[in-house]
Amino acid sequence: MTDVKVPKITVSAPATAGPLRTSPTLLEVVELSLFYGATQALKNISLEIGEKVVTAFIGPSGCGKSTLLRCFNRMNDLIDNVRIEGQVLIADQDINSPEVDVIELRKRVGMVFQKSNPFPKSIYENVSYGLRLQGVSGRTELDGRIEESLKQAALWDEVKDRLHTSGLGLSGGQQQRLCIARAIAIKPEIILMDEPASALDPLATARIEELILELKKDYTIVIVTHNMQQAARISDFTAFFYLGQLIEFGATAKIFTHPAKKQTEDYVTGRFG
Amino acid sequence: MAHEPTTKRSIGWMGLRRGHRANPFEWLAERVILLVSLTSILMVFLIFVFIGREAWPVAIGRVNTALVQQMRPVSDMNKMTPREFCDYLGLTTAQLASMDRETLKTLMELKIEATKESSQNKDASVNTAQWRYLLGPYQWEGYSRPEFIWQPVSEIHKYNIVPLIIGSLKITVVAMLFAVPLALGAAIYVSQLARPRIRELAKPVIELLAGIPSVVLGFFALIVMASVLQQISGAQSRLNALCAGIALGFAVIPVVFSIAEDALTSVPRSYVQAALALGASQWKAAWQVVLPAALPGVFAAVALGFGRAIGETMVVLMASGNASIVSWSLFDSARTITATIAAELGEVVFGGAHYRILFLIGVLLFIVTFLTNLSAELVLHRLKARMEGKR
Amino acid sequence: MTASPGAMHPAPPVPQPPGATGPSGRFRAARWDWVSTLGTGATGLATVLIIAILGVILGNIIVNGVQFVSWHFITTGTASDMFDVNKAGILPMIVGTSARVILMTIFVLPAGVLTAIYLTEYARTTSKFTRVIRGAVNNLAGVPSIVFGLFGAGFFVRFVGRGMDAALYPGKGVTVWGQPALLWASATLAVMTLPVVIVATEESLRAIPQGLREASLALGATKLETIRKIVLPQAVPGIMTGAILAISRAAGEVAPILFTGAAYFMADLPRSLHDQFMDLGYHVFILSTQSPNVDKTRPLLYATVFVLLALTFALNVVAVFIRANLRKKARQNH
Repeated sequence: MTDVKVPKITVSAPATAGPLRTSPTLLEVVELSLFYGATQALKNISLEIGEKVVTAFIGPSGCGKSTLLRCFNRMNDLIDNVRIEGQVLIADQDINSPEVDVIELRKRVGMVFQKSNPFPKSIYENVSYGLRLQGVSGRTELDGRIEESLKQAALWDEVKDRLHTSGLGLSGGQQQRLCIARAIAIKPEIILMDEPASALDPLATARIEELILELKKDYTIVIVTHNMQQAARISDFTAFFYLGQLIEFGATAKIFTHPAKKQTEDYVTGRFG
Repeated sequence: MAHEPTTKRSIGWMGLRRGHRANPFEWLAERVILLVSLTSILMVFLIFVFIGREAWPVAIGRVNTALVQQMRPVSDMNKMTPREFCDYLGLTTAQLASMDRETLKTLMELKIEATKESSQNKDASVNTAQWRYLLGPYQWEGYSRPEFIWQPVSEIHKYNIVPLIIGSLKITVVAMLFAVPLALGAAIYVSQLARPRIRELAKPVIELLAGIPSVVLGFFALIVMASVLQQISGAQSRLNALCAGIALGFAVIPVVFSIAEDALTSVPRSYVQAALALGASQWKAAWQVVLPAALPGVFAAVALGFGRAIGETMVVLMASGNASIVSWSLFDSARTITATIAAELGEVVFGGAHYRILFLIGVLLFIVTFLTNLSAELVLHRLKARMEGKR
Repeated sequence: MTASPGAMHPAPPVPQPPGATGPSGRFRAARWDWVSTLGTGATGLATVLIIAILGVILGNIIVNGVQFVSWHFITTGTASDMFDVNKAGILPMIVGTSARVILMTIFVLPAGVLTAIYLTEYARTTSKFTRVIRGAVNNLAGVPSIVFGLFGAGFFVRFVGRGMDAALYPGKGVTVWGQPALLWASATLAVMTLPVVIVATEESLRAIPQGLREASLALGATKLETIRKIVLPQAVPGIMTGAILAISRAAGEVAPILFTGAAYFMADLPRSLHDQFMDLGYHVFILSTQSPNVDKTRPLLYATVFVLLALTFALNVVAVFIRANLRKKARQNH
């Protein structure tokens, strides 16, 4: 070890302790490999994600964490030339089998993207988009669900007077919370977040992190982040990836204080990445 | 990898099991989109087929325009096959089917009369629709030496297309010589040398030139430019190849300018900056670095300009004088393939030799522009691939 | 041009321009770079020349034409005398041109937009099929206008029209559809302007950031729903540009309608799809080449050209501005 002072990452026991070790598995990845043409992006990944906890995927850029995340709601289907081996099981069902309706899947597994992408419509219409897809049409019911989602996303107070103005008129942090509200309006069971705060300033980031801790009560959350401290702050479980492989997976406290693999230790202490 | 004792939940997710593409309406809509997209291919195919169809009999030599054809006595009627009837009397199979014996007999007799009348001319027995006469010179009755003549409306129909080809080429070359230096020069200036403010103004203004309909350009050439040119050059014909060529050039300039300017602008700025950093002036950087790098795009621009020029109709119809002569002088009237079709198709007999030969030169024109566009497209495609490969 | 090192040798003091400080003549070129100046001058001249040509043409037409355009001119027909500026009007031509252009738009917009949607949203970029479609679109764009005229005459008038006559009026030998008609001229123009609409629509579809499509799909929308609700509404300005460009181009074309529907003189306005029609561009052609007294017809000719130009040009300018705006917005979004 060198003399360089490496910042020690302190992990306080998460407030919502709960029975972490016995949280039922909702999503299971079984020996998953993914190929872009001839290049292999994911190598034989196996892990289990528990219900109503926050699981973080960390690792240096390009290690496949976003790719794996996108497997969970089959957004990789949009890319030509992608081939998958292995299985992704949600509630014991292989989501890649031909019997599965990918549209239904995406209604149950929502996603928030790195770059916030509200539709160029009003705030109201943004949040109601998913609801309308599902056939919810009554004005009162829509209003109720939209208010509920915006409150859960901690955005209601700021926008309740201007629901019919354009979503693009909000600040970066507000737009991202709008996207979260939009995603949770249809009440998915799992929310996937791909570096949701990476484009935001520290204040907005903090608000998003608070939000995630709140949402954990009702939703299972998988979050990809390149910010280790963020993972340490908000997640219950952490998976460390490197070059397409899963190096280590376990309770966040353990990963950051007594990692089992040297590579993990090197990464979390900042030796590379 | 934690393998803790877990309870796996399966209820509530049953809704996942549903077939793909559950909505038949959407499946239908997507099929419709695909089918409609085939329209373009269908149209190109149809153009080939329907123009070729009319020109085909001439191309394979089944059309006979000789005035004196081997005369067949009326008694031969019983021995002739429908095909022979069609060839001899110049009918289509549809027309033949709609006629009865009496009519056919009368037609045969008329044919004998007509044949007797026109046997005076030495060329009466020449089938002028053969390739040899379409392309090669021939000494017609009343001429002192072999000539290339396009003169469909005379006793002996002369269909030599060489004057038309020469006319098209002559005017096109004049247009290209006028337009390409101007357009390329402007493209270099606007893309590399002008200040951004000027660039934003000049580019759309020059492209506005493309918004002038060709009939208006033809009008301008006919009414205004021809007189001016005649005063300057003292030429005999007011409407000549030079006048038409310059007017055609006006139409070609925006085409060449747009594509060349795009090609020059898409050369990476880093090349220019490298050259400037070595002490080159803006001009030198443009001329020695950017232009060579953009050469494929510039080539494509010129090729497409050529295609536009050779296919243009209204400008040449109004400004070239329409005399189908073989002459290399710019101050003589000329006639192009396009103007010939435009001027004569309205007055021909449907299905006759003249009609079919007009379609034949149309096919020729189509093939030339098709090949020109294909080569330009291939060059642009390779240029794009190279640019993207580098990046 | 390189700075000549000779300038650094002790030399008689060179007169300095006011304000220049520092070592005299260190970074001054020894020789004037006339090649660059010439090159820049020549290309600049070319630019100015082209703009001047545009100005002369437009100016000539506007100056000579605008004085003869009157309300009477636009609203009456040519029943009395086609070549007299005081009596003739161009209403039938305006109606004819507008009718064929509107009809063409009805044909070409759905076909062009759907094809563009397929090419942008569904087609796999590496497939050969896609390349063939694109090749076909590019080739359509390069077909000479007179060839379209031949095609219109050979296919629409002779083949489809005759077929319709045989099917609708069997055995009567009547020619209703099998001759030049408004319908066929519009159809021919639709084929001709198809590439314009496709390219403009594709451009506007590609300008929409991919993130919006992903967001919609991630919420459980199907591809078609995404296109309908998110993509198309945003692409509308671009589609409009394409339509306007197509219209402006078609309004000025004469060669394709020569044998498919334009008429030298019609006593009435076209009343049905199988009627022939008079046309602005065709009328300009007729007036220019077939008027008995060129000088007398001159004012009329200029006025007609002015109206035609005003129509097509105005449309073109509008389209170019919308497009420039869209491109600026697209660059800000990405």
